Amino acid sequence: MSNYNKSYEVVVVGAGHAGCEAALAAARMGCSTLLLTIGLDTVAQMSCNPSIGGLAKGHLVHEIDAMGGEMGVNIDATGIQFRRLNTRKGPAVRAARAQADRMAYSARMKNVIEAEPLLDLKQGLVDELLVEKNRVVGVRTREGLDFYGRTVVLTTGTFMRGLIHIGLNHYAGGRAGEPSAEGISGSLRAQGFRVGRLKTGTPARLSARSIDFSKLERQPGDKVIKPFSFMTDKIERGQVDCYIAETNETTHQIIRDGLDQSPLFAGVIEGVGPRYCPSIEDKVVRFPEKKSHQSFLEPEGVCGSEMYPSGLSTSLPLDVQLAYFRSMVGFEQVEIMRPGYAIEYDFVEPMQLSASLETRAVGGLFHAGQINGTSGYEEAAGQGLLAGINAARQCQDRDPIIIGRDVAYLGVMVDDLITQPTTDPYRMFTSRSEYRLLLREDNADQRLTELGRTIGLVGDARWQRYLEKQQQVGAATRIIKGGSVTSSNRDIVKKLQLGNLKSGLSLEQLLRRPEINITHLKEFYPGLGDFSAQALEQVEIAVKYDGYIKRQLEQVERFREQENLKIPDDIDYDAIQSISTEVREKLKKIKPISLGHAGRIQGVTPAALAVIQIYLRKQYHA
Amino acid sequence: MNTTDTIIAPATASGDGGIAIVRISGADARSALSAHFKTSSNRLELESHRLYHGYLLDFDGTPIDEVMAVYMAAPHTYTRDDVVEIHCHGSQQVVKSILNLYQSQGLRLADPGEFTYRAYVNGRLDLSQAEAVSSLIHAKSDSSRRLALSQVDGLLSRQIYSFAATLKRLLVLVEAWIDFPEEDLPAEDLVTITATFAQIVAEISVITNSYGCGRVLAEGASILLVGQPNVGKSSLLNALLGEDRAIVTSVPGTTRDLLEEGLTIEGVPVRLVDTAGLRESSDVVELEGIKRAEKKLAEADLVLFVVDSGQELNDRDFYVHSQCIGHPAFLVMAKSDIGKSIGDLSFCDFPAYRVSAKTGSGLDELRRAISTFLLDGYRPASETVMLTERRHYEALLFCLDNLKRAITLANDGSSLELLAFELREALYYLGQISGETTTEALLDDIFSNFCIGK
Repeated sequence: MSNYNKSYEVVVVGAGHAGCEAALAAARMGCSTLLLTIGLDTVAQMSCNPSIGGLAKGHLVHEIDAMGGEMGVNIDATGIQFRRLNTRKGPAVRAARAQADRMAYSARMKNVIEAEPLLDLKQGLVDELLVEKNRVVGVRTREGLDFYGRTVVLTTGTFMRGLIHIGLNHYAGGRAGEPSAEGISGSLRAQGFRVGRLKTGTPARLSARSIDFSKLERQPGDKVIKPFSFMTDKIERGQVDCYIAETNETTHQIIRDGLDQSPLFAGVIEGVGPRYCPSIEDKVVRFPEKKSHQSFLEPEGVCGSEMYPSGLSTSLPLDVQLAYFRSMVGFEQVEIMRPGYAIEYDFVEPMQLSASLETRAVGGLFHAGQINGTSGYEEAAGQGLLAGINAARQCQDRDPIIIGRDVAYLGVMVDDLITQPTTDPYRMFTSRSEYRLLLREDNADQRLTELGRTIGLVGDARWQRYLEKQQQVGAATRIIKGGSVTSSNRDIVKKLQLGNLKSGLSLEQLLRRPEINITHLKEFYPGLGDFSAQALEQVEIAVKYDGYIKRQLEQVERFREQENLKIPDDIDYDAIQSISTEVREKLKKIKPISLGHAGRIQGVTPAALAVIQIYLRKQYHA
Repeated sequence: MNTTDTIIAPATASGDGGIAIVRISGADARSALSAHFKTSSNRLELESHRLYHGYLLDFDGTPIDEVMAVYMAAPHTYTRDDVVEIHCHGSQQVVKSILNLYQSQGLRLADPGEFTYRAYVNGRLDLSQAEAVSSLIHAKSDSSRRLALSQVDGLLSRQIYSFAATLKRLLVLVEAWIDFPEEDLPAEDLVTITATFAQIVAEISVITNSYGCGRVLAEGASILLVGQPNVGKSSLLNALLGEDRAIVTSVPGTTRDLLEEGLTIEGVPVRLVDTAGLRESSDVVELEGIKRAEKKLAEADLVLFVVDSGQELNDRDFYVHSQCIGHPAFLVMAKSDIGKSIGDLSFCDFPAYRVSAKTGSGLDELRRAISTFLLDGYRPASETVMLTERRHYEALLFCLDNLKRAITLANDGSSLELLAFELREALYYLGQISGETTTEALLDDIFSNFCIGK
């Protein structure tokens, strides 16, 4: 054994979407940080589809950005097709989504990391976790090199005992063409962690020149692009189209005929796959009444020729894959460049973490991303950011940052992870949030930028921009609250068809009307023209959704009451006799910090909660 | 509250009745019984859920009482713990001896409601059922007992679950539309959804409308007798009671204090309150009575404005009448057997009834009118849910508000997330009555119902 002649405060294992955010956050907060990756050429690799965002995921990216993370800026710089979803629905469920130039995305992130002064990026495959007296002290690589760190953030992706399946063939690998990490999960098991197995999959990549695009429906991006990051003014990169292809009954028959060679149906795969992203063979079997499944055909970049057919992930053998693709309109002559495959990997059940994402069993050890049973680049990045922040704060002797469910999807995600058992890879949905109307993309900065500033991740430029926007929102609100329209304002009455205004109408009342938006008013109140579109949007949403926002805030109040009923660390659950053994064991293991937290642990019944509350009241006069 | 030790309490009301029941619940219930119970058939092992005749013996083997006893093994018991019931003779002394016997052996005297609390904690009853048990215990009449029983049985819970299930199904669809905008999901149109909301609104309205009636049946209604002195209020009260309770004299102002009697009118539990006559008075005691009568007017479910059929109406009658205006009231012309000289009654638009306490004529008609009025024309069928708890009533009213707003939003068609907000809040209020819906359950439904995944 040899040791690398430098000791770090934070060592991050894995340079995927979680690892990059973790390492950047820790280094930017002033910690000497090491980022170790199996391959230096695959930093921030998009292993599956080449896109960022979508419902709830776009929300996460905005939150990461608002706190000073990198993902939003990176996709804005490398996105080749932006498309906002749900634009005809309300502001809470509108979300940004973008296709990335996969290689550009990875290259830019690598540059940013390389430029970060306190951050070292090194290649190395971690084989073992170094733990002394229940505290992590560093990692050992396959080459026998020890790296010491006061804290370690594990972001292992699909690499821990990764096993790739194509048909009934399988081999060890962390991603197509890359080795797996065989040692770490053993190290974790030795520390007493419960390690489970999950599965995910990806479709084949198709050669663009073998596709007849004239037979496919074209799907262009938005003409007017709204960027992800609060720091981006304009998207500079040229934009490309996507296409829509469809499976048909012949495709489905070919798939059904190939099921005997499917590792999924032959029972070779033991890991559970994501419910929201089933393989095509799974969809064909489970929904036999559906005659056709849609697939978005997404370019993986502007330089290469690879196309990503969404919704068609599979682990069927390559010949079956080729046959079913060729049965689809537009794909008659298609060539597969890389086969689709399924991958099984180890994860560590996240109920073993505390809300800071530090493991309860080993001090200084943090987990983020797929190791926590999640899926998705955005979910990984969000956890990476939080784990990086909290690892750095631990090095600086500060309390961890814990974000509430009422503040951000980041908070919803962490809370879900540490209270709900993992049944399949976890993905964020807006329906997971009880306070969806408050957790919007457009106000992520209002929810999180001050926190980011306190933590030390929000630099002066972002902070100035934020203050400016807040100041504009305030000023524009005063105009809207103060102004009114009477019949003497002939222009506006005529233009907006307000009819006969007997008594005056405040601008607020006017703006509340569904058919009126704030740009209508800009014309007549030139003062409003001085404000940015983002500031005016905030004013408009605040006025139009005032009633709902108030009601949601009342719900938040009720929620906080339960959150504020803290459960002391030294509570003796054995002294509370009238709860079942099963509930008692769960509470002892998870150690919920509040009654609200306890209530979200699966299996803790309302009756058990009532009993705990009564006990707390008696015991602590709470 | 500790719920693991073994508790004991009399299950029947205190007072000397024919029999009394002592109930024991907890892990030691069985051994407590067998240690002191000797069956007349000399059986040693008691079968569960079987009533045995025998003697309950004191420490020294002397019989305390001849009893019937039953041991019921968990979980098919009221509390889901082991339960024992001892049916002894209804003497307070016997009950006390039994309690003493077992308390000296470490059994704890149960707190009020503790058996029901255990049933709730052990998951046998949901909250609305536990509440119903408490009203069952306090039931005042036959119909209130039937009502409480139907709730223990879960009639209300079942209805609430069924509403919640329907709303959840629609919420699942709405959430899927929101979270998976790029999937081709079933385009069930909003018109159908709106129609379903409207139907649930109608069904919940039927239940909320039963609240007045349900409350009256459960808690009893209060009926106030008013009228100037000596028009026959006390005689009417007695006639309705069917026996002499109030002191009846012909000296005006005999009934100085409020006199309250409980009775059942056509199955409706009623508190009948006789008042000192409403009139201007200088007598201090009587003034006090009048003051109380005025307060009672505001609280009464029904006021019986009584006049004397044999007397010309005078200013004092008009004064009493003026006090009744604005309250639900009947005009009762008492002493119909002696005269018709009462004169023009057109000043009073209350429903009017002629009765004679002496001959009993008109009394049945009045009884029927009272019960019809109190039940608001609502005739409870045996399988109808009726609301008796204010908490349930309010939760359902909130739920109705949510659904009405949901209908407006669905008609509008654009703001699915607001529609989801209303549905979630509606489910929250239904959940307040009998259990919660989690978001995880919601997602399970989305994935099991729809083909999702691009």
